Amino acid sequence: MVRLVAVLVALALGTPASAQVTVAISCGAVGVEFQLCREGAETWARETGNRVELVSTPAGSTQRLALYQQLLSAGSADIDVLQLDVVWPGILARNLLDLSEHVEAAELAPVFPALVQNNTVDGALVALPWFTNAGVLYFRRDLLEKHGHAVPETWAELTETATRIMQAERAAGADRMWGFVFQGRAYEGLTVNALEWLHSHGGGRIVDPDGSVTVNTPHAIAAIRQAAGWVGRITPRGVLNYAEEDARGVFQSGNAVFMRNWPYAWPLMNAEDSAVRGRVGVALLPKGGPDGQHSATLGGEQLAVSRHSRNPEQAISLVRYLTSAAEQKRRAIIGGFNPTLRPLYQDAEVLAANPFFGELYDTFLNAVPRPSAVTGRRYNQVSAEFWNAVHAVLAGQMAVEPALDRLERNLARIGRDGRW
Amino acid sequence: MKRILGRAAFFLLVLAIVAYTVFPFYWAIVSSLKGGAALFSADAWPSAPEWSNYTAVFQEQPFGRNILNSVIVAGSVVALSLCLGVTAAYALGRVAFRGRKALLLVILGVSMFPQVAVLSGLFELIRVLGLYNNLFGLTLSYLIFTLPFTVWVLTTYMREMPVELEEAAMMDGAGPFVVLTRIFLPLMGPAMATTGLLAFIAAWNEFLFALTFTLTDEMRTVPVAIALISGSSSFELPWGRIMAASVIVTVPLIVLVLVFQRRIVSGLTAGAVKG
Amino acid sequence: MVEQVGTIAQQRRRSAWLFLLPVLLTIAAVAGWPLARTIWFSLTDARLDDMAATSFIGLENYLFLARDPEWWVAVRNTLVFAGVSVTLETLLGIIIALVLNARMRGRGVLRAAMLIPWAIPTVVSAQMWGWMLHDQYGVINEMLLSIGLIAEPRAWTANYSTALAAVIAVDVWKTTPFMALLTLAALQLLPNELYEAAEIDGLGPVGQFFRITLPLIWPALMVAIIFRTLDALRVFDLMYVLTGNSRATASMSVYARQQLVDFQDVGYGSAAATGLFLVIAVVTALFITFGRVRLGAEPGR
Repeated sequence: MVRLVAVLVALALGTPASAQVTVAISCGAVGVEFQLCREGAETWARETGNRVELVSTPAGSTQRLALYQQLLSAGSADIDVLQLDVVWPGILARNLLDLSEHVEAAELAPVFPALVQNNTVDGALVALPWFTNAGVLYFRRDLLEKHGHAVPETWAELTETATRIMQAERAAGADRMWGFVFQGRAYEGLTVNALEWLHSHGGGRIVDPDGSVTVNTPHAIAAIRQAAGWVGRITPRGVLNYAEEDARGVFQSGNAVFMRNWPYAWPLMNAEDSAVRGRVGVALLPKGGPDGQHSATLGGEQLAVSRHSRNPEQAISLVRYLTSAAEQKRRAIIGGFNPTLRPLYQDAEVLAANPFFGELYDTFLNAVPRPSAVTGRRYNQVSAEFWNAVHAVLAGQMAVEPALDRLERNLARIGRDGRW
Repeated sequence: MKRILGRAAFFLLVLAIVAYTVFPFYWAIVSSLKGGAALFSADAWPSAPEWSNYTAVFQEQPFGRNILNSVIVAGSVVALSLCLGVTAAYALGRVAFRGRKALLLVILGVSMFPQVAVLSGLFELIRVLGLYNNLFGLTLSYLIFTLPFTVWVLTTYMREMPVELEEAAMMDGAGPFVVLTRIFLPLMGPAMATTGLLAFIAAWNEFLFALTFTLTDEMRTVPVAIALISGSSSFELPWGRIMAASVIVTVPLIVLVLVFQRRIVSGLTAGAVKG
Repeated sequence: MVEQVGTIAQQRRRSAWLFLLPVLLTIAAVAGWPLARTIWFSLTDARLDDMAATSFIGLENYLFLARDPEWWVAVRNTLVFAGVSVTLETLLGIIIALVLNARMRGRGVLRAAMLIPWAIPTVVSAQMWGWMLHDQYGVINEMLLSIGLIAEPRAWTANYSTALAAVIAVDVWKTTPFMALLTLAALQLLPNELYEAAEIDGLGPVGQFFRITLPLIWPALMVAIIFRTLDALRVFDLMYVLTGNSRATASMSVYARQQLVDFQDVGYGSAAATGLFLVIAVVTALFITFGRVRLGAEPGR
């Protein structure tokens, strides 16, 4: 296994000490993610004759963001290159370098346009996309076959299929069986899930790119009401405190028919001690209705350079190296990280390692971004308002309409009536 | 007959108390010995106990270093607060001067500061002093809650000392400093051991400051390291390893408590009862 | 002679201040200065990402705070948490202390066992309980199911109705030992003769407790309750680890930290933190006034 040492100094080979600078990078914290980043950064260091220092930051994204905010606002040069969640560019933009002058247009051409757009804040390209992510539906292939159901196309179908299989399995003695698990804890993950419900019903993106708040529409009401109907019926009430891992725990121990999660769960589903090994399939998340659409919320990580870096030139060089096609290909094959470059989805080696990359290409390409660009540094507040409102409805604390009414008013207030 | 019933009820009560206090820790031990899928079953004892969680804790992160950090920080907090606390306690406990009561109230006031209320100011201070991501920065910030407590308790003890001792020394022409170091300090040994122990436990357990004022894994203390333990991808939560780490850091404390329980009790008593 | 005594007393006072200086300086640096900054920030529109562009806005943050329903939910949560947990801890603590005060074998072991929950770091105990209360593989559901108290697994930390109760339960577990030990220490100071006299007067055990024990341990108990209440009002890590930022359980500290760090709203977050400080100060003052607590007895006997 990887030895997790916080500060790793890669020894540059045979270059004069005077030409060397040390670039500190924060990327990943654990496991394969950390290992791949270290290898990549060290290769860059060897090739350019510099040194890299890997700063291991908290793995939890909320804590990592808090740390970044603190460091950057204090003008600290402790970290040069930062790994950013897809929703952070707007929040941190003021303290990040504009990379657009340092990156050629040809380099950006193959990158997913949605990501470039996401990382552009007030005309400045503040981060380069590193890997992408999108929500997918995991299903128990064996159970669907056994009970003669197809993979659901709409949320209504999913509800019905889940109910039927759950009832049949429970009658047959599997009294822990549930229909559908997702991330319902009061945290960013609920925003991700609920955005998928809203958008798939044609219900907008919480705050649309033009700044208008779109949470209180008939589509949104229908979507949230449907989700509230799952809790306690096909979804355990505990889902209200589930994050990714809690949902995976239930599904992987064989106690759920469907699960919404990120692609990271795929290799774990098929690990040797998994109770559902070889019996799981991956599909697009269902549509809101016959005239709805398949929607998956955009996730993933970017690399950015701190405005307070003492060696911006080398830091930019490192970012460009790590986001290059060769490096992304290596990461896709070894770690299953989704590339952000379109051509890599036709690469035979990448597809051999990750069969569903090809099928789900459209999902990744068209994933729905959270409204972080338009809401900028208020995104966290918007997201917290949103997840709290949805959480209250799922928990049965509030009815859908008053909850969304209040949410709309609060968001209008936070966004100063659409001006943001 | 009634007596026997009473006895039985009494022992049931004792049993319930023990189960209530000890069971969660027992469950942490059990969970830490379960690997993989066994973790998700509620067996009272793992069918095949394994130590992999314990070895993993040390292999996949600098947990040994984290323990050392905690020892260093807690140790230096204890030393500093005792040094500062005992001199202040002498002044507050032995000398009658105006403003003494007000000072005691101010010190009590500081001990009721919510940590969040000083978080951003303290962060600025630590950066200005260049102590960010430095163990001494943590030591400094911990004084905010150990110092008032230490001063308060030591003052109570100081007050108890017989006045004749001091008078005799002063007749011989000894100044306050000599009185403190030669006369009182040797007598304060037990009191200082008690308060030191309590300050140690408080510093050892602190979370919010440690999370905010350190950056790298190598500088973290144990509670933060435990809270940030994660699996092989950023979403995984390895309960087995978290439980193993919890057991590792709790055992020394329990030993400490077992050895010093009488001292702890008397220290708590002095701090609160006679305050 | 009189003159000389005067100079010695003066000298002592001077050296007293000298002795106090290091502590006062340290406290001013690590507590006074940060608190002053926080109060200043609470009167500005400071934001974490752009501290340079800060301007004074008077009491606007406080007005906004007073009108924010969520703040009041947090205030209510905190008060409920503090009230219920301290009450339970006191009652349980007294019971346990009375048990431990009975003469019996193995009292030392029992007392040591009592200290275990108190010695475990809060973060760790929150993790442990989070695991035990888990809705799918938690041992608590398992036990309650097997003795038939509940029909199906409950999601203790997820339901609005049980989440705060779950947090309180963990706190009671963790700090009851503290209360029990303090009470025990007070009990052991009581002279035996009192009870012998009471027995002659024909007072039963219950009567003895209310007529003799309680009045005598009251001052000690009151101080313990104050210390615990102050601690409970500041609660942060329990909620943070067990239920995240969920509104069902968010305390004032959780609310303030969310504004301060997650939303980068330093001005508003500081106002919330100052609000918390004020609440604590008021509660302390009330306790000291109505609890008849003696503070700072005269020095040197």
